[in-house]
Amino acid sequence: MSGNSIRDTFFEECEELLEALVEGLSQMEEAPEDMEVVNAVFRAVHSIKGGAGAFALDRLVAFAHSFETVMDMVRDRTLTVDEKLMALFHRAGDQLSDLVTSARDETELAPGAEACLIKELESYLGESDREEDFSFDALTLDFDGPTIDIAVEADAIPSTRLFTIRFKPGRALYENGHEPLLIFDALAELGDLKVEADLSAIPDFDSFDPSDSVLSWSLRLHTTESETTLHEVFEFVEGLCELEVSVSAAPSPADIAPPIAESAPALAPDPTPPPGPDSEATDVKPAAQGATAAPAASAREARGPKPTLRVDLDRVDRLINTVGELIINQAMISQRIEELDLPTVAHLTNELEAYKLLARDIQEGVMAIRAQPVKPLFQRMSRIVREASDATGKKAKLVTVGDSTEVDKTVIERLADPLTHMIRNAVDHGLERPEAREAAGKDVVGTIRLSAAHRSGSVFIEISDDGAGLNRERILAKAIEKNLVAPEAELSDPEIDNLLFLPGFSTAGQVSNLSGRGVGMDVVKNAVQALGGRVSINSTPGKGTTFSIILPLTLAVMDGFVISVAKETMVIPIASILETIRPNPRDIHIVGTDSEVVSVRGSYVPIVDVADSLGLERTDRKGTGILLLVSTEIQGLTALRVTAIHDQRQVVIKSLESNYAAIPGVSAATILGDGKIALILDPEEIIKLGHNAAPDLFAQHTRMELRHA
Amino acid sequence: MTTKVLAIDDSRTIRNLLRVSLEGAGFEFHSACDGVEGVDIFPDVDPDVVITDINMPKMDGFGVIDSLRSGPNRTNVPILVLTTESSNDLKARARQAGATGWIVKPFDDASLVSVLRRLTGHVG
Repeated sequence: MSGNSIRDTFFEECEELLEALVEGLSQMEEAPEDMEVVNAVFRAVHSIKGGAGAFALDRLVAFAHSFETVMDMVRDRTLTVDEKLMALFHRAGDQLSDLVTSARDETELAPGAEACLIKELESYLGESDREEDFSFDALTLDFDGPTIDIAVEADAIPSTRLFTIRFKPGRALYENGHEPLLIFDALAELGDLKVEADLSAIPDFDSFDPSDSVLSWSLRLHTTESETTLHEVFEFVEGLCELEVSVSAAPSPADIAPPIAESAPALAPDPTPPPGPDSEATDVKPAAQGATAAPAASAREARGPKPTLRVDLDRVDRLINTVGELIINQAMISQRIEELDLPTVAHLTNELEAYKLLARDIQEGVMAIRAQPVKPLFQRMSRIVREASDATGKKAKLVTVGDSTEVDKTVIERLADPLTHMIRNAVDHGLERPEAREAAGKDVVGTIRLSAAHRSGSVFIEISDDGAGLNRERILAKAIEKNLVAPEAELSDPEIDNLLFLPGFSTAGQVSNLSGRGVGMDVVKNAVQALGGRVSINSTPGKGTTFSIILPLTLAVMDGFVISVAKETMVIPIASILETIRPNPRDIHIVGTDSEVVSVRGSYVPIVDVADSLGLERTDRKGTGILLLVSTEIQGLTALRVTAIHDQRQVVIKSLESNYAAIPGVSAATILGDGKIALILDPEEIIKLGHNAAPDLFAQHTRMELRHA
Repeated sequence: MTTKVLAIDDSRTIRNLLRVSLEGAGFEFHSACDGVEGVDIFPDVDPDVVITDINMPKMDGFGVIDSLRSGPNRTNVPILVLTTESSNDLKARARQAGATGWIVKPFDDASLVSVLRRLTGHVG
């Protein structure tokens, strides 16, 4: 019944539901009395269960059911939410999310945590609730209990039987939208049916109420079907009518009874409850009314979803690509017109300007299609904070700001790992132990703040904690111990902070659950740089530490400098450049035989010649070229020497790897206005290439030593 | 004449599953994503049968049944409750509220279609 696309929809929907769940749970913490929020959480779990059932995801269904059942008790106020239950809900939410992921990826999830949580959840259920075993293998139509026994017996005999049925609808049967004729049609499909109406209860014309039920019927059905099947036909109306079924096992054609109407007493509308299973209708009445009132009262509005359109990502990518071509084409036309050197062609240039603006508008519009709010990503981090605080025994809460900020989908996906790591770090290394916080006069519960904002065409993401701040002495000692810094080096505070980004650097004195996984801040830095972004640290002793990440809005277009290297035109990402320097020849010094440094405001920065790195003809030393100051993880500040900077512009990124092959030092290519292809440089790689050419140890130590020169 | 179904469910997955099943069986399919919307579009769609979920935002399934059975658009059109629960209690509650029948999730296509046929007389 279900194509893959419906399955996909289900998992997409699960994402949204889990998001709503996390949000609801955090709102419940603020306002446990708000039934609207509790309802929303319940519905999220319930809907996941419902959909999961359709795809036979039994584990997911079973877990969601336990979760839902406890949530239902909160909903009807038989259970009050306390801190412990709230924590359980959070963990159950996390588990639900894991189960969804494993169902989606078709991977096996170890059952340990799940079993544990189900047990904990079930400990909240009273005995009576536990009895009602939930089963999801029974499909669709079942029937009321007492008929089963008869049915099994009857089923044993596969011969034709005669069922004699007396059927008298109550008024509610019609009110509930049933139609006796359709029931008879269904019976007729089972075998040979004779219907006889009993009109005797029809009152005088003047006292006739058309909405009243006065007709009854006698039916005789010759069939090979079981009584079970017969009851299925009546399933929905049982309780809304009087129904008597009798069966004769060996019917013969002669066995045609006298008109049954005779034996059926003419019943006036009769309030006496009919015998057998039908009596439940009257029994249940008070309970049913009580139950209807509560949900109906909750009909207040929850949240109006914005209308959206689901589009295959490939189509968007194709569109983005085409728009990229349009931008390139526009640049080409501009350049051609410039080259024509026409006399003041006011009209043409005006229209060209309009064309440029339109092209830019289209580009931005198309990019916006891929943009998504960071909210789901940020919400996921609340789980990381919970897990990290559990693992370290520290108390922490997550505060998010600006989670409606939109970022390219790919950027969001690739940001998940670095963020996770930084959040873990913030709890594990950033926050003090509760005792220490108390002693320092801080709130025992530490705050991790995660914020996102747009600023001048970039996305700013900040992760800050209100912990003790970086321990610079220890960082420096560690760096010296690891031979990353010369022992006598004097580093400024930010320089010390930045040592954290060196590969393999770890300040963890002891290996805790979280640290010691071999993942350091250098990995974070790499991931951010791979996105064309930068990361920096700011720390105040006793107040806390803030990591700032600056990212481009999209990965398809990049701001770059168009530069010359030897005689080639290339592009270098602006995001990686701290400043450009036109050096005074006397600021450039030769170190050793081949290496150069440049003095920048009193400190010495190694120079890497880009042409040399790429195997092109080396730029003249002294006096020529322009230096681009970049911050790298290998050796901190480095100056890249290029021949000239021509322009600053947005370029459309074309992958080299997928179109040609990976080239060291080059991250991608673009097409310039003149139709020529220009390579986009990867500064980090360029320096590595240059570094290989340079004498060993130079890179890591020169700068520090030269400060004392 | 085609039989028109109005399905009210807040789960996109379930709406999709219903659509695929019912359109495949020759029904005309309409859907709404919560009770308020369902009751709202009811007169325009003018369905031959309504399928409604119970747990929904804004207005739940009982609210839908109540509005359709006693509201300004009072109707006797069959209303099926689509539910994950199969307890007799739920069925009795649904019946009490005025539901015509119920389908237990997960539903299988054949039973769903057979129930709808039984309630509407649809044969196509």
